[in-house]
Amino acid sequence: MSTPPQPLAASPRAAQKERSMELQKELIGAHYDALAAAGETGRKVVYTFVPGNLTELLRSFDILPVLPEINALQSGMRKLSADYIAEAEKQGHSEDVCTYVKCDIGMLKKGNIGPTGKKLPKPDLLLLSYTGCFTFMKWFELLRQEYDCPVAMLHVPYQSDGHIHAHHRDYILEQLRSEVIPQLERVTGRRYDEGRLRAMLRLSAQAEDDLVWVLESAKHVPSPIDAYFGGVYYIGPMFSAFRGTPQGVEYYRTLRSEVEARLAQDIGPITPEGSLEKERYRLVVEGPPNWTSFREFWKMFYEEGAVVVASTYTKVGGLYDRGFRHDPARPLESLAEYCMGCYTNLGLPTRTSLLEQYIREYRADGFLINSVKSCNSFSVGQLLILRQLEERTGVPGGFIESDLVDPRYFSAANIKNRIESYLQMLEQKRSAGTHA
Amino acid sequence: MRAVLAELLQHARELFDDLDLKAVCAWKQAQAGRKAIGYMPIYVPRELIHAAGMLPVGIVGGGDRLEIIRGDAYFQSYICHIPRSTIELALSRRLDVLDGMLFPSICDVIRNLSGMWTMLFPDRYVCYVDVPQNFDLRVGGAYWRRELETLREDLGKLAGQPISEESLRQSTMVYNENRRAIRDLYQARSRQPWLFPTSEVYLFLRAGNVLPPEEHTTLLRQYLAEAPLEDDRVEQDHSRVVLVGMFCEQPPLGLLKTLERAGCWVVDDDLLLGLRWLTDDVQCTGDPLQNLVAAYLSHSTATASRYLPDGNRGRWLVESVRRNSAEGVIFCAPSFCDPALLEQPMLVAALDRAGVPHTQFKYSEDTGQFAVIREQAGTFSDSIRLWSEA
Repeated sequence: MSTPPQPLAASPRAAQKERSMELQKELIGAHYDALAAAGETGRKVVYTFVPGNLTELLRSFDILPVLPEINALQSGMRKLSADYIAEAEKQGHSEDVCTYVKCDIGMLKKGNIGPTGKKLPKPDLLLLSYTGCFTFMKWFELLRQEYDCPVAMLHVPYQSDGHIHAHHRDYILEQLRSEVIPQLERVTGRRYDEGRLRAMLRLSAQAEDDLVWVLESAKHVPSPIDAYFGGVYYIGPMFSAFRGTPQGVEYYRTLRSEVEARLAQDIGPITPEGSLEKERYRLVVEGPPNWTSFREFWKMFYEEGAVVVASTYTKVGGLYDRGFRHDPARPLESLAEYCMGCYTNLGLPTRTSLLEQYIREYRADGFLINSVKSCNSFSVGQLLILRQLEERTGVPGGFIESDLVDPRYFSAANIKNRIESYLQMLEQKRSAGTHA
Repeated sequence: MRAVLAELLQHARELFDDLDLKAVCAWKQAQAGRKAIGYMPIYVPRELIHAAGMLPVGIVGGGDRLEIIRGDAYFQSYICHIPRSTIELALSRRLDVLDGMLFPSICDVIRNLSGMWTMLFPDRYVCYVDVPQNFDLRVGGAYWRRELETLREDLGKLAGQPISEESLRQSTMVYNENRRAIRDLYQARSRQPWLFPTSEVYLFLRAGNVLPPEEHTTLLRQYLAEAPLEDDRVEQDHSRVVLVGMFCEQPPLGLLKTLERAGCWVVDDDLLLGLRWLTDDVQCTGDPLQNLVAAYLSHSTATASRYLPDGNRGRWLVESVRRNSAEGVIFCAPSFCDPALLEQPMLVAALDRAGVPHTQFKYSEDTGQFAVIREQAGTFSDSIRLWSEA
């Protein structure tokens, strides 16, 4: 769920600056400018979370969303998170808990300066979309202590068996109708406009089609994209503030045409050092990336010719590749189903099956788990997932540990060593298979 | 100690030490066809299990008496201890006596553990109990009713016959009695903590994890009657404290004894909170399932894993301090416990606003060294007694 501050082309050795990168940069810049000016323009601001976010609903009220996870990861990439986390720990937050939370609290305590260097506005509403992560609830309870603003709670039931049950959908619908929409109406002084919402959902679905096409282009050998390190850029507009906008549609249309061109020419993924020339390993990755050493982490892969062809992190904001689309014909129902279907809201058996499908569909040589200390929602059960996937697919798994935004938990030498050893093992296995 | 109390205590201690769930095995063997359903902390509607003629069994990990051999292989070092010891119990076949497991929504660890259980034990009944965080009867209530209907149907199938309204009503009465006995015990301890040391109260409370509720209520009543008769239990110059943070992974018994030896009378706590989650009786007339729904929405205790719509996170703790005439609060949470540790800064702020002294430390269920905790708790107790304004 990323919109990193410096698009890929900012690297001095970047081979090309694609139009989609510029578009994304413009989108992000304009959004943060609008946030910085909210006090003057009178636009209302809602803080909410990435998984299961209600971007179209918020935008139908002309509300500007702020996503604290994005702020935290941006702080991580800008090397500010260590200070923010230290500030939060100084104020009594435990070293054991989620570093996204502490980074956000620390940022708030140090002036709430956003990624573009401008102060973020205070929220007019905290929309607690409690989807797939227990910590979200505590996070906004903590923010509630800091801001004098109302809170709307949207409890999204967990899909332990991987199925959406009618009464789960009804529960979310009732909360939308009785809690969330009335709060949005109160905050903005506007009435809920379902026609406007439908129009936005129509745009969302168009962009979603193109995102899926881009992600699935990785089935081609060689893959024209990296679906993890590159993927976090691709999902940025979709998972954050730009679903339901013409700009979002344009971004994904542009991105798709670029990837189509790469595919036609059999060109590998763009990396910070230009296009990858030779794809040596096709990997599936489970778990979020590390943000404090994102480039360094990525380099450990592309230097070895390892391309991530599918990842679960790029599904935290929805499993569009499994068929979900926002549906203008069923606006609120479709939002409810979206909330429930995000990756971390799915039970472990479903997550394991999804990974198994990815390994087969994307013809992966291996799968790797990046287990992050901060995120129990992702991490608990990953060692069992590893075992089960090896048993089911015969494809070797690798396991590394880091954190989201706490640089104390990114040990570059150890991680590089593990990745290299793992890739060597894949190579040996491949050679043994060739010679058998 | 008189023989009567010693015998009661020994019984509770044996149940506490019994990692093989022999008491549950014995209960099942006493009558053909009996079944037992395990549940993790904090709250599950035990009335439904009981009404199906099955035994609800509280599972709270292996404490400090279980060597972890295989459990560590399933969890990273930064995950709390209770899931690894619970998996260890299961892989060592100590939980084979259970015919199903319920995993309430308390945090992401217990939530994901439910999925691990499904994958590791595909032949067992597993249910993730996703309690509502919306407390409007028409919204969260409607959802919770449907969840309970599903659970009721599942448990009825497991038991071999549907759960009748009458049996659910009877079970509600049984659990009302049980919760009353626990409330009485907590009130008695709060009045005269020297008569009801927490290291004992905990053992008697803990017996409720494995005993049928009727037997547990009897045991609690016996303890309530017998403990005050001990001649050597006299008031001491201890500090009265509230313990917070122990609602899921349980502390080793030695830790509770250490606090007492350090000069702290525990007058309230959140140990084994699920046994007394509902703070008032559940109505016993009318639709029994709807009564359980209404009770959950309106009589749930405040704790870290439950959303509080009014946002006043610390009020319940300050109220507990006042109600129990406590002089301080000890935050005692398991390492890596997200709910407890994320909640703590908000509770600390509330205590600071109310002028209530507090201290904090962490534990693991297998913590074996208490010297530092004793020193810290002792210093805290001394500071309250020597320097408090009272």
